Amino acid sequence: MKKLLIVFAIALALAAAAAAQMEWVTYSGDYSGQRHSTLKQIDRTNVAKLHVKWMYQTNDLNQFEVTPIVSGGVMYISEPPSNAAALDLHTGRPLWLYRRALPNDIHVCCGQVNRGVALLGDVVYLGTLDAHLIALDAKTGHMLWDTAVADYKTGYSITVAPLALKDKIIIGMSGGEYGVRGFLDAYDPKTGARLWRFWTVPGPGEPGHETWAGDSWKTGSAATWVTGSYDANLNLIYWGTGNPGPDYDGDIRKGDDLYSDSLLALDASTGKLKWHYQFTPNDTHDWDSTHTPVLIDTQFRGRARKLVAVANRNGFFYVLDRETGEFLIGKPFAKEIWATEIDSHGRPIVIPNTRPTPEGVPMYPGVHGGTNYMSPSYSPETGLFYVSARQEPTSYYRATPEYDAGTYYVAGGNRGIPGVEPSGAIKALDPQSGEVRWEFPLHSPPWSGVLSTSGGLVFGGTAEGNVFALDSATGKPLWDFQTGATVTSNPISYELDGKQYVALAAGRALIAFGLE
Amino acid sequence: MRYRATILALLAPCAFAATTGEALFHQHCAPCHGANGEGGRGPKLARLKLPRAPDDATLGSLIEQGIPGTEMPVTRMTDAERAEVIAYVRSLGRAASAQVAQAGDPKKGELLFWGKGGCGQCHTVGPRGGRTGPDLTDIGVKRGPANLRQSVLDPEAETPDNFAQYRKVIYMPDNYLRVRVVTADGKQITGARVDEDTFTIQIRDDGSHIYSFRKDQLKELHEDWGKSPMPSFRNKFAASELDDLVAYLSSLTGAQ
Repeated sequence: MKKLLIVFAIALALAAAAAAQMEWVTYSGDYSGQRHSTLKQIDRTNVAKLHVKWMYQTNDLNQFEVTPIVSGGVMYISEPPSNAAALDLHTGRPLWLYRRALPNDIHVCCGQVNRGVALLGDVVYLGTLDAHLIALDAKTGHMLWDTAVADYKTGYSITVAPLALKDKIIIGMSGGEYGVRGFLDAYDPKTGARLWRFWTVPGPGEPGHETWAGDSWKTGSAATWVTGSYDANLNLIYWGTGNPGPDYDGDIRKGDDLYSDSLLALDASTGKLKWHYQFTPNDTHDWDSTHTPVLIDTQFRGRARKLVAVANRNGFFYVLDRETGEFLIGKPFAKEIWATEIDSHGRPIVIPNTRPTPEGVPMYPGVHGGTNYMSPSYSPETGLFYVSARQEPTSYYRATPEYDAGTYYVAGGNRGIPGVEPSGAIKALDPQSGEVRWEFPLHSPPWSGVLSTSGGLVFGGTAEGNVFALDSATGKPLWDFQTGATVTSNPISYELDGKQYVALAAGRALIAFGLE
Repeated sequence: MRYRATILALLAPCAFAATTGEALFHQHCAPCHGANGEGGRGPKLARLKLPRAPDDATLGSLIEQGIPGTEMPVTRMTDAERAEVIAYVRSLGRAASAQVAQAGDPKKGELLFWGKGGCGQCHTVGPRGGRTGPDLTDIGVKRGPANLRQSVLDPEAETPDNFAQYRKVIYMPDNYLRVRVVTADGKQITGARVDEDTFTIQIRDDGSHIYSFRKDQLKELHEDWGKSPMPSFRNKFAASELDDLVAYLSSLTGAQ
């Protein structure tokens, strides 16, 4: 009897695991950040037949950066500027829309956008540009609670998709170009009460505070605007932080400026820092480290290890031990001319005279980075890490910083470099060595994330509006479709009525692709 | 002479309309906001401070552009006409400010709503309540007392009986159109329509389950326009209780 029960329990667990793959329940598909779908109905042999099943269009001209959530036959999305919708998964028809009435004095550096919602049980969670976190009834869109996370008037906003853990909602903030002080928050899913806050810029008396000159910590930024990952066994949240403020003047904040441009490992229960790793100390190039950290369990240098991999805006690809934060690999995956290498302790050897001057200094990566907020993916089957890589230099110049709460605070700027044609690529990186295994060139630098699948495919999108599928082993292109507008979102995959679909947003449209 | 008469004839209608804010109000505003701005399907305007229109310029742009995400439409008129309407709306507010508050005790009404009336089984207010009927969280802003009273006494009188388009951003009665379907395999499903196009329909049943059907695959599809699953409360509440309930509903402004 006991044996039977155990068998039954295992069957249930397997069924649950299998079921989890059918849906897309959190920003990256699951907590690992791998953005890998185990669905394989769409594969190398039939992907050429993929076509549009339905489209849904927003009414807003801001960039549509959403990663949809799929659960229970419904797709939950956010729309710019701070709206949410539930779509019927069979037709794309909206079941409800939530329209946020925004004040007209919100502050955002880079467009009125939102990257997605979180779902926990029957509740949808949305962060808003006026820096609130709200809870909506998943069945009706009715608002259940509305919590002010920060004061938008001082430059805070929220564009990041929340991360729902079993008993808390994790939410980051934006405002790195407004001299805010960054943080990561956890909220009670039922009431909206704040459970903990981790300041990404340490205050007086806290470790790391000494890495900021004078009062510069008060405007140190280190925003948390891309959704992180979570290891339930270690109970650690992995979350990237943004540039130090002001962006282009490193002298008024002399020191490493912790925890800007870092990966944080935080105890999910308390929000306490377990370890951190800083990619770009005293950054002067706006190289936010706001990337989805990809958690990988694999044999590494002869033993099983829990790793975390990050392809960074600064042009380097990093592999760390995610239990301890130990630095393992740091190699360029995109063109960079600011550091000769990352030393054995994980610190970059910076090339002199690469910082902004009043006249301007040309630099690779440029201000948009070797990659950006778009999601990478990792296939456990190929053992490869896929990233949308950008090659686009900019000239960085420096100006006098003047802080005025709620106004733009960057101390300089950047320009394109005449005569240099930017380009892009999808690159497959080997986390064992940091080497580039293959690359598929793109016409221009991309803003779309990638998705890998067990059908042996990598899906991505281009700035010109192509959606495409590559062979995940070789990078060979197998299918493409012109959507008509720039892809600025991350693809997902799910199963409905026994059939696999791939969906992503392009321009104002959310498009679901299927085989039949 | 003939020339002058023509000019007068052309001017006369304009001159009449432009000088009559009251007439324009009755034509454009009163059908929803009430003959004296007391509120009906639309919010009460006979108040000194309008929450969405603290000044005349804002009120003017609300008339000109409507309020996206609400039932307030765009209303076309000349600048002069709009100024007349604004002046008239403000005069209603001044007149009303002298009057005394309405009958009914909202505290008692709240107890009736969640208790004797059982309203919360179907309606949501803030974080509480059911999903079957329209969300009432800010119904006091959207509807006037007379309309609310009518809805409680005779729910179907306020239920649309025509084919208005489903409005996705507004919790309107026609978004709660009752639909009955029989599927190809004979299963019967009843619920509220949540969306519809030429070929498909989406329904939320009373257990909050969402269905999506292709219409050509349904055996039967009935859209019960003008029908409401809500019973009349005419015989359930005493007159004073009705006052209390309406006072409570009127107090629901969505403020947290």
